[in-house]
Amino acid sequence: MGMTITEKILADHAEKAFVEPGEIIDSRVDIVLANDITAPLSLEEFEKVEARDVFDKERVVFVLDHFTPNKDIISAENCKKIREFSKRYGIKHFYEGGQCGIEHALLPEQGIVVPGDVVIGADSHTCTYGALGAFATGMGSTDITYAMVTGRIWFKVPESIKFFCYGKWQKWVTGKDLILHIIGMIGVDGALYSAMEFDGEAILDLSMDSRMTIANMAIEAGAKNGIFRVDEKTIAYEKDRAKRPYKIHESDKDAKYKEIFEIDIGKLGLKVACPSLPSNVKDVEELNSIEIDQVVIGSCTNGRLEDLEIAANILKGKKVAPWVRCIIIPATPEIYKQSLKSGYLEAFIEAGCIISAPTCGPCLGGHMGILAKGEKAVATTNRNFIGRMGHPESEVYLAGPAVAAATAIKGSIAHPSHVL
Amino acid sequence: MILKGKIWKFGHNIDTDIIIPARYLAHTDPNILGQHCMEPLSPDFNKKVKPGDIIVAGFNFGCGSSREHAPIAISALGIPVVIARSFARIFYRNAFNKGLALIEADIYDLTQEGDLVEVDIFSGIIKIKDKTVKAKPIPPFMVELINSGGLMNYLKKKLEEKR
Repeated sequence: MGMTITEKILADHAEKAFVEPGEIIDSRVDIVLANDITAPLSLEEFEKVEARDVFDKERVVFVLDHFTPNKDIISAENCKKIREFSKRYGIKHFYEGGQCGIEHALLPEQGIVVPGDVVIGADSHTCTYGALGAFATGMGSTDITYAMVTGRIWFKVPESIKFFCYGKWQKWVTGKDLILHIIGMIGVDGALYSAMEFDGEAILDLSMDSRMTIANMAIEAGAKNGIFRVDEKTIAYEKDRAKRPYKIHESDKDAKYKEIFEIDIGKLGLKVACPSLPSNVKDVEELNSIEIDQVVIGSCTNGRLEDLEIAANILKGKKVAPWVRCIIIPATPEIYKQSLKSGYLEAFIEAGCIISAPTCGPCLGGHMGILAKGEKAVATTNRNFIGRMGHPESEVYLAGPAVAAATAIKGSIAHPSHVL
Repeated sequence: MILKGKIWKFGHNIDTDIIIPARYLAHTDPNILGQHCMEPLSPDFNKKVKPGDIIVAGFNFGCGSSREHAPIAISALGIPVVIARSFARIFYRNAFNKGLALIEADIYDLTQEGDLVEVDIFSGIIKIKDKTVKAKPIPPFMVELINSGGLMNYLKKKLEEKR
């Protein structure tokens, strides 16, 4: 019997010829990741078990991206702890300050994660790297400590669900609209414990940025991982980035799937997930009278160059509506620089946007854009749970960069054609 | 192991931003995290709940982020077990790693807040008033982890053997 790409990567890392869903395996990991809010717990465990070293100084990665630039004293103390640990153990990939970007944009961009990898991170959006044809999943700090010390972790091999997408993309519609559509269709636990595999001509038409947006939100359907085929675009993306040689795996024709969905992309329009679940998805046309207070364009979901390009093309020569705050967050220093060179930042400033340092900040209600009671935001982020961006009675609508930019101009949820 | 306690009911898709809002995540002290457990839905939960009480919920409990602060906050209040129809997968691993037992059973519609429930963690037998429900058993691999004192004790033993 054939295997899916997820099963093949796991079999390879468990030193086995064959694995099947449900099986518990002991797997090698290529990269272990933690950030400034999850690493402190990992390092406490590291001390408790009296570990003497990490398994590989080049494969343990710390990115201080959540409550940075340090939002308060306790956040600063946490970062200090991780910095001191990194110095002491000679951690090669330690990112803060001017090198820091949002982890799930930074690691692929810097070629630290590559196709065929098994990556675990103490952050639920670690599943983003599935866009590269890697197996990547989020775990808690304790599991991360185990992997930091041993270079291995246990997995239950997930069943796979295939999303086969065909047809041509309509104007403005991106990967964000597709993943919101899918979550709306199957629900926030529709892929619980499963691998979501995205394939088909319409998927191969997508840029790497858009594929990362889709894989990023697999967790929002409860999935263990999201994964894509490696094609010429992936190989071109890795050409000057990959820090290690990589292996390409491909699903067998007779691989077994729990379910196969076929999606006609030609029928897909712009989508918005309404409060307070990512599965509460509507067409943007249904929501044209909802006034908003804040727009956030950024995050590990939609803070990449393509997203900023879409937003800049809409905001250029326009003004952010009165009484609306529009926060733009380039996800990495490299994206920041490219946005500057391409004139996007100027367009944003002229339009009256705020441009933030790369940070996860507002997405999780940490800092740099918290909502007051009763306020509404449209965000290109990934979660709209109760109180996610601030006060428990504030509300978040999730959308792609085109709807977010149009909304900033109109002051209420809008389709780009309403403002152009 | 048999646990007996008073039920606190929560609904479906209780996410980690409800269990412990992100603004408290710079803390690692269980007592501070416990004070804010379930705050967005029930601001005084930490004052109302007593050690030994049990949470009962619907589908997909613990969905959202990978924050281990979530099971830590629940345990800090002395809650030994959560019984839900289903659990999100990262939360599931985290809870067992942190010594919080999770039981997958459909007792949501059979119970009311304040009811007493008795649950045998390993056999999965749940008693509510005059009814008995059999839960989905904890996977053998997880039982093994619990018996060896959790993942970190397992790791500690492994490291000691190597030295």
